[in-house]
Amino acid sequence: MLSGPDIVETVRRRWMFRHPLVIRLAHWINVVCLAILLMSGLQIFNAHPALYWGAASTFDKPFVAITDDQRDDGSPRGIVTIAGHTFDTTGVLGLSNLNGQPAGRAFPSWSTLPAHQDLATGRRWHFLFAWAFVINGLIYLLYGIGTGQLRRRLIPDGDQMRGFGSSIREHLTLHFPEGDEAKRYNVLQKLSYLVVVAVLLPLMLITGLSMSPGVNAVIPLPDLFGGRQSARTVHFIVTNLLVLFVIVHVLLVLLSGVANNMRSMITGWFVIERKKLPAGSGEIP
Amino acid sequence: MTPCPVRPRLQIRRPHRRGFLTAAAGLLGVSALGGCDRFAASPTGQRALKAGENANLFVQRLLLTPASLAKEFPDSEISPWFKPNGTIEPPDRAYKALAAKGFEGFKLRVDGLVERPQDLSLSDLRALPARTQTTRHDCVEGWSAIGKWTGVPLSEVLQGAGLKPNARYIVFHCADTMEYAAGSDDEAAETEKTAAPGMESRPEGAENQASDSQSAAAEVPTDEGEEAQGTPVRYYESIDLTDAYHPQTILAYDLNGQALPVSNGAPLRLRVERQLGYKQAKYVMRIEVTEGLKGIGDGNGGYWEDRGYEWYAGI
Repeated sequence: MLSGPDIVETVRRRWMFRHPLVIRLAHWINVVCLAILLMSGLQIFNAHPALYWGAASTFDKPFVAITDDQRDDGSPRGIVTIAGHTFDTTGVLGLSNLNGQPAGRAFPSWSTLPAHQDLATGRRWHFLFAWAFVINGLIYLLYGIGTGQLRRRLIPDGDQMRGFGSSIREHLTLHFPEGDEAKRYNVLQKLSYLVVVAVLLPLMLITGLSMSPGVNAVIPLPDLFGGRQSARTVHFIVTNLLVLFVIVHVLLVLLSGVANNMRSMITGWFVIERKKLPAGSGEIP
Repeated sequence: MTPCPVRPRLQIRRPHRRGFLTAAAGLLGVSALGGCDRFAASPTGQRALKAGENANLFVQRLLLTPASLAKEFPDSEISPWFKPNGTIEPPDRAYKALAAKGFEGFKLRVDGLVERPQDLSLSDLRALPARTQTTRHDCVEGWSAIGKWTGVPLSEVLQGAGLKPNARYIVFHCADTMEYAAGSDDEAAETEKTAAPGMESRPEGAENQASDSQSAAAEVPTDEGEEAQGTPVRYYESIDLTDAYHPQTILAYDLNGQALPVSNGAPLRLRVERQLGYKQAKYVMRIEVTEGLKGIGDGNGGYWEDRGYEWYAGI
């Protein structure tokens, strides 16, 4: 007969097959697609670095504009204007270094694809990877819905909704679920993935298509957003939300066990760390 | 009590750390997008990137019927200022001479694969059936403006000329010089790459515009010396018959109820409403009906198309 501490030691780790191949592939293809879509999108934005509300552009009153001008002493600066408020963003937005020289460009060359100003090539990257993104997304959705994976992974269970408050507290104190609780996504995780999968990513596609005069002639998509320029603005805002999501996502991956998380998204295998029990407490969770 | 079994079977399947690292390194490689620019410049890369464009064209041709109309807006939504873009004042002497006389001597030449080549004055064009449409103009750069266009449907002009059986494309030859074909090719290619259709800071077009007031006497602005040598490359565009016969495809002579201003393409500009701004050729002087696009510019069907932009500009 094994003694208490021995049992705890023996069963501390358990392997769990967490991510099926289709989901792992879809995840990494999506990483590549979104990276290229973001950078080529910033290239496209740089061709006319201003956003408006409505059907047409109100050139003298943009909602957002990223430009450069001169300070009182004549030195150049980059500025971002949002709803009439101006922010100095020299070095990153509006004015940044290009081949060692300060150059007036909305997003800096390190963030755009191609690095130099080239709208035509930026558009080609954008549309090619938009197709990859859509096809990949469709496969993910069909698989996820067909196998029930999507419901299981992304829809919070009843008990989880009741524990919403404590989940927020856990996140803020960087305490992550252990044991059986770690087998499923926690409630905040599920809800944020659900918003990304069901709202933000589809919105990117719809607002993107809203900017197409060709598609407009068949489906009046811009009307959903109050006009083509509004759709373009929403496209940009949702981009920002997705970037924010990725930052938080990567941060939490790093904080909650980077090796375990990365392994599980590459090989599928995830380690459940058992809750440490006082020896002889009699129950193994 | 039964201890939770440790699963040796699963332990065996534990992934090798090396495989994991290799995969991670591969992903890092992808995220280091430095190689993308080199890929885009290679022939394979260009072919790959064009695949997206071909897919766009395919789907839009699938979706768009000849009867799908671009949205028409109420007059109350007309933009107070219709942003003029691209060339805003052609530097060419022949054009200036026409403009000075209010385009009295203007004749639209219609030739190529037609039964009856035409030379149509503005009053000839105004005598043909007209269409007025308030539509949104979408620049490839991202901005939009709404204007009310009046003009003759292109189909009327084409019917007057009569297409030959092998006619497939309508090519628009414009009055405005964009650049000069001679000179150091490499350098020219480099500066063109940085331009966008209608970019205000277009390297060569902008210089032309800036200098035209001083050089009105010359055929082309010659202040630049070297640059003025060589053959002028004037704007050109093309559409196929599907778009040519679309009811909203017109040759516009009025904007917002007034004669088209020079900055917006006087005396005649194309409106092909289901496509982006650079397809809306300004200063149209000649319409050539062709079987293919090979002999036009570099063969991609338009000035900006020859500089990497899509021929079918529906998105």
